[in-house]
Amino acid sequence: MEITELTVHELQEKLKSKELTIKDVTKAYTDRIAEKEKDVQAFVTVLAEDANKKAEEMQEKIDNGEVKGDFAGIPIGIKDNICTKGIKTTCSSKMLENFVSPYDATVMEKVNQEGMINLGKLNMDEFAMGGSTEYSYFYPTKNPWNLNKVPGGSSGGSAAAVASNMVPWALGSDTGGSIREPASFCGVVGLKPTYGLVSRYGLVAFASSLDQIGPITKDVRDSAMLLNIIAGHDKKDTTSVDMEKKDYTACLKGDVKGLKIGVPKEFYAEGINEEVKAKLYEAMDRYKTLGAEVEEFSLDIAKYSLASYYIIACAEASSNLGRFDGIRYTYRTGEFKNLKELYKKSRSEGFGPEVKRRIILGTYVLSSGYYDAYYKKAQQVRTLVMNEFNKAFEKYNVILVPTSPTVAFDIGSKSNNPLEMYLADICTVSVNIAGLPGISIPCGVDKEGMPIGMQLIGNKFCEETILNTAYAFEQDLKFRENYKPEFKK
Amino acid sequence: MSREDYEVIIGLEVHAELSTKTKIFCSCPTKFGAAPNTQTCPICMAMPGTLPVLNEKVVEYAVKAGLATNCEISRNSKNDRKNYFYPDLPKAYQISQYDKPLCEHGYVEIDTKEGKKKIRLTRIHIEEDAGKLNHDEFAGGSLVDLNRAGVPLIEIVSEPDLRSSEEVEAYLRKLKAILEYIEVSDCKMQEGSYRADVNVSVRKKGDQKLGTRTEMKNMNSFRSITRAIEYEIDRQIDVIEDGGEVEQETLRWDDVSGKTFPMRDKEDAQDYRYFPDPDLVAIKLSEEYIENIKNTLPELPESRKERYLKEYGLSEKDANIITSSKYLSDLFEGAIKVCNNPKAVNNWIISDISRILNETEMEPIEIPFDSNQLGKLVILIDKGTISSSIAKKVLVEMFEHPRDPEDIIDEKGWVQISDEGAIKEVVLKVLEANPQSVADYKGGKDKALGFLVGQAMKETRGKANPQMLNQMFLEELKR
Repeated sequence: MEITELTVHELQEKLKSKELTIKDVTKAYTDRIAEKEKDVQAFVTVLAEDANKKAEEMQEKIDNGEVKGDFAGIPIGIKDNICTKGIKTTCSSKMLENFVSPYDATVMEKVNQEGMINLGKLNMDEFAMGGSTEYSYFYPTKNPWNLNKVPGGSSGGSAAAVASNMVPWALGSDTGGSIREPASFCGVVGLKPTYGLVSRYGLVAFASSLDQIGPITKDVRDSAMLLNIIAGHDKKDTTSVDMEKKDYTACLKGDVKGLKIGVPKEFYAEGINEEVKAKLYEAMDRYKTLGAEVEEFSLDIAKYSLASYYIIACAEASSNLGRFDGIRYTYRTGEFKNLKELYKKSRSEGFGPEVKRRIILGTYVLSSGYYDAYYKKAQQVRTLVMNEFNKAFEKYNVILVPTSPTVAFDIGSKSNNPLEMYLADICTVSVNIAGLPGISIPCGVDKEGMPIGMQLIGNKFCEETILNTAYAFEQDLKFRENYKPEFKK
Repeated sequence: MSREDYEVIIGLEVHAELSTKTKIFCSCPTKFGAAPNTQTCPICMAMPGTLPVLNEKVVEYAVKAGLATNCEISRNSKNDRKNYFYPDLPKAYQISQYDKPLCEHGYVEIDTKEGKKKIRLTRIHIEEDAGKLNHDEFAGGSLVDLNRAGVPLIEIVSEPDLRSSEEVEAYLRKLKAILEYIEVSDCKMQEGSYRADVNVSVRKKGDQKLGTRTEMKNMNSFRSITRAIEYEIDRQIDVIEDGGEVEQETLRWDDVSGKTFPMRDKEDAQDYRYFPDPDLVAIKLSEEYIENIKNTLPELPESRKERYLKEYGLSEKDANIITSSKYLSDLFEGAIKVCNNPKAVNNWIISDISRILNETEMEPIEIPFDSNQLGKLVILIDKGTISSSIAKKVLVEMFEHPRDPEDIIDEKGWVQISDEGAIKEVVLKVLEANPQSVADYKGGKDKALGFLVGQAMKETRGKANPQMLNQMFLEELKR
């Protein structure tokens, strides 16, 4: 097997047994990037030279016994909305095209502490707004399974880079499905942790009450390992939760006997692609065979969640993106007559259409006279959604739904129809609205060979339950062994 | 109709900078006067991805202020975002408090001509200050200094209970004194750490409905506040008397012309789009926490005043002046501990020190010497080491180059001449040089003695002990 096809835990074994060196591994990845990036365009910034140099230094440190630890020298890719000191963090926007962060995000500090090697910054929808990575200011990322299709988004660069073996794993961020949807479209594993489990310090904010950073990996074990690294309380983020540190790999037993899986029928209704539905039903059967109890129930929240999601996310975004004003580190328009024009032109020219759409929407719902009708109501709906989930988790350990109503769609097919694009988030946003953990893993392919993702939702801080449930399925289905991206043109 | 037919209604929003060591949402220092942008970090510069963390001291100070002004303290409060664009506001929103302030429903008691009056407080909330724009004379543009961005403020909002500029001044002084006493703000008005937005309206006496108000923002001297209010009252009455209507607007007070001007056009009416800041968790305060702060509250001005009247026999007027400032009051008490002469210390503070503060537009907190040094000055007079006229010169020197009064008189050679031989020598010399005055005195003109003493003082450059001098002249002239 090629080096770049290995999962991180497989890499670790080969490094331990000295079958491979860190230099070999990093070199293999930078070679792979050189080969595949031109087709996939998953990166905004490639750090090939840096990475190989760092691998050499790291190898020396390991040889001298200066650095120990299981992740020293393991490469990683980082979504381009996570601040990296000294390296551009663009959010795939013209606004931040030349922005170099003066500090590292907390997750970056953790990744660096482990001695991991950053292979580059990964493409995304501008400011994480979108579900296809077509809204990147730079270029759309392509789906490695079929280069004419979108990789999903907004963490499309992260998912495509993992799927095309250009990085062994990556960090993404998820506000309404931005980790899970691209993971599903690209046939990889994407975990959105419980809100508050991972520090948001250094994640360029889209919607503060919904954003979470999470791992995009080749398999469930890698997901648990990367979560081990990034999870934990951070004094710099007061919304991060102070709780005992867990080892998320310890729960991967693969046993789901007696596990209660709830299947909310509203998530399998009209609008969900038949092939997607069929694969999900197969998954239910598989779980039954593995000894889990699968039961249908009613959870009529999806359409309310979607509406309140777009109100809350846009409201918070309209405020969060105010700082990109042409004054300090952002794009600034060439000519302006006064302050108002400086603002107007810099923001009109620096933001793309989807970002502007959401700023306008968010500004509207917060404006006086409309606040109660929209924002306040959306927050009330949010509480109701949480209550509904709480009720569901009294009966079930895990909720099983599709990650996306469809498989990856053709590039250009939805980018001019924002409403249809928003509807694609219908299966994922409830999880963010309620602050729950959700994981997407592949459960098969459609007749064109495009991966289909299924989503397991757990109760707050019950990552262990969904990781183990996903792990049991993955061990049984062996998706990676049977299907590989073909870079169809 | 004349001014007497109108009732004046004034409400204030006072902003006081809290004297915490670090900013409200990051650990940058809050010291005033540093070079531009040297007290900043990614958080207060609003770099992408940064998050605020609420400084607990800010909550503590605000609760203290609330308790000292008889407020109810909210057990469950939160931070909200106030959104607007301006280059001195790097996040494009100010983190403030909207519908759940930390403190509500308080009052401050002031003295008026008609006796004591309670001015009700609507609320006290915490928020962050903005940065500062400096006009760049070379490039012609503006430069942003973010040192002040994120400095903690409390905004104290009064009910429209004030009826005159005198009441406003009394209220502002009282509030300032309280904040100084509880040591939550140094209230340096010149540095802008204590400033007020003044809302003024008038209505015909007997009217139930409030008149339309105008607002004057960021006023930071008692004098301009008084002048601005007086001007605005007259202007509004003129408008109404002329059959017009007062427009609700924000005004700028111009100290030079002594007039108010509209600040921005109404088209730009701001919609701040307040909403709860999702980056910060709710502020929940326990009974125990509030009780603990209550127990640390120091003696407040009112109680000190009562004590000065009883213990030291100060006049009501003097006690008011001294307790109007914590620094004066501390100076008073500290100096008494050293010299045990309250009357003398009182006189120094009320007369010479107050005069110098007025002349130099200095605030009591800026007095450069300490109570120990003032006490020593009084002892030097009491022991006869210096005369009171020399002491006045020593005080001026203490303001200019603060050091111990003993050192000053040593250096300047100002020690009083109390040596009998030396005094006699001078007296004889003066008598010899002024035979006409001697003759005048002996001829019954008592005034001549004063002239002779003055001459001797001149001769000794003010250092001769005046009592001894007087005595000696009388003795010599009798011969």
